[in-house]
Amino acid sequence: MNRAGFSAAALVCLLLGIWEGAVRIWEVPVFLLPAPSQIGWTAIVKAPLILPHAGVTGAEICLGVLLALTTAVPLAVAMFAKPVLEKALSPFLVASQAIPVFALAPLLVIWLGYGIASKVFMAWIIIFFPITVSLLQGLKSCDPEYRTLFTLMGSPFFKTLALLYWPWALPQFFAGLRVGVSVATIGAVIGEWVGAQQGLGFLMIQSNARLQTPLVFAAILWLAAMGLFLWALVGMLEKKIITWKS
Amino acid sequence: MLQVTDLAKYYNEQPVFSGFDLHLPAGRFQVLLGPSGCGKTTLFNTLTGVTPKDAGTITWQGQPVPHLGNLCAYMHQKDLLLPWFSLMDNALLPVRTRGGDMAAAQDKAGQLFLRLGLGGYESHRPDQVSGGMRQRCALVRTLMFDRDLILLDEPLSALDAITRQRHQHLLLLLQTEFDKTILMITHDVDEALLLADDIFLLTPMPMTIFRRFSPEPPKPRAFDDPKLLHTKAGILDHLGKGGVS
Repeated sequence: MNRAGFSAAALVCLLLGIWEGAVRIWEVPVFLLPAPSQIGWTAIVKAPLILPHAGVTGAEICLGVLLALTTAVPLAVAMFAKPVLEKALSPFLVASQAIPVFALAPLLVIWLGYGIASKVFMAWIIIFFPITVSLLQGLKSCDPEYRTLFTLMGSPFFKTLALLYWPWALPQFFAGLRVGVSVATIGAVIGEWVGAQQGLGFLMIQSNARLQTPLVFAAILWLAAMGLFLWALVGMLEKKIITWKS
Repeated sequence: MLQVTDLAKYYNEQPVFSGFDLHLPAGRFQVLLGPSGCGKTTLFNTLTGVTPKDAGTITWQGQPVPHLGNLCAYMHQKDLLLPWFSLMDNALLPVRTRGGDMAAAQDKAGQLFLRLGLGGYESHRPDQVSGGMRQRCALVRTLMFDRDLILLDEPLSALDAITRQRHQHLLLLLQTEFDKTILMITHDVDEALLLADDIFLLTPMPMTIFRRFSPEPPKPRAFDDPKLLHTKAGILDHLGKGGVS
């Protein structure tokens, strides 16, 4: 493990140690704040209960990411190809982010039902924005001298896109995707809070109402783990694809 | 072969050049020599249609054309190689973008790699080779445009002095071995003297040709050729006056 990784791990251990000690010394009631050891234990023992919920939330997030990719990529490319389109659409893009998802969640549940669709849609709203914006920025950041070269080669737009713009924008695309997958959990969980029969957000609300605080924390732990896993997955994918130094 | 008449380009109402004339016969190597910032690159961008011209006509092989964008190959001081492609894929870009016989192109590029001392480096990435090799790869790519006219925009100025000297004779190959017609812009007097059939001295603001030199010695030339040194003295004398006389 490298130095930075070691210090990060040491810091986490220290904070968990203080938490654990404080809870034990002052005998904090479990429903108020369970000790880390108990949370970890719950996350493991209750895995058979948690896993199906985690699976549902994970599916919502993944579908949200896929939906966001299939919409954000063509949208960013279209806005890049036709600046008029960018001018026309960017107010809507910003507006879609200015409205809090919390405000939309109940409506989406009314429109799309208590099932998975409303959560996928919620995740999509959150994810597609960072992907679109960063991909568009990446495409626009292409060096004009390279553009000139391709113009003089008589390259049609889609060939230039495939050979020049797209690879050029990849680092920024991945930056957007990383942000997207790490905030995707928010969309899915909010959707589940408002109305669902399953999912980690549903589990949290249920456990919270029953003062099963360790289970609430255990669900959060799983959620965080899933977010981290997706983050790392995107990072690995990026390393695999971007093999060059620019 | 290439005839430019009365070409003009304005920037903020100020002429970068106006009434600019140029006659480039087939097979000739002409060099526009002038200080940085005198508008040479603007001239190239106007000739190639990257920026629209404000006045004037461009005639290519007797036919008036809007610009030379589809008629010339272009080499820049930056090698403009794509870091995600191998040297070979970079050299093949002109064929890939316009479509064509890839196998034949690969053959041709392979021979050019050998000719320019890049043999064995076909599958290297640009960041794995030296600046000189990258510029030679850019030269192969320029030849793969498969066009008779080549515009060179200070093609060697990003290289260090030693590497640059070694690459000057490669530029000469464009004319002697590949029968190209060449228009080059540079601020390097020695480079112009070594390579050019005609040297045009430029004055800035607005850019005009104010003097023409045609170095006599046959190419390849030596730096210390007395006739060449004589021409050089003449050029330096004119440049010394700041080109404002």
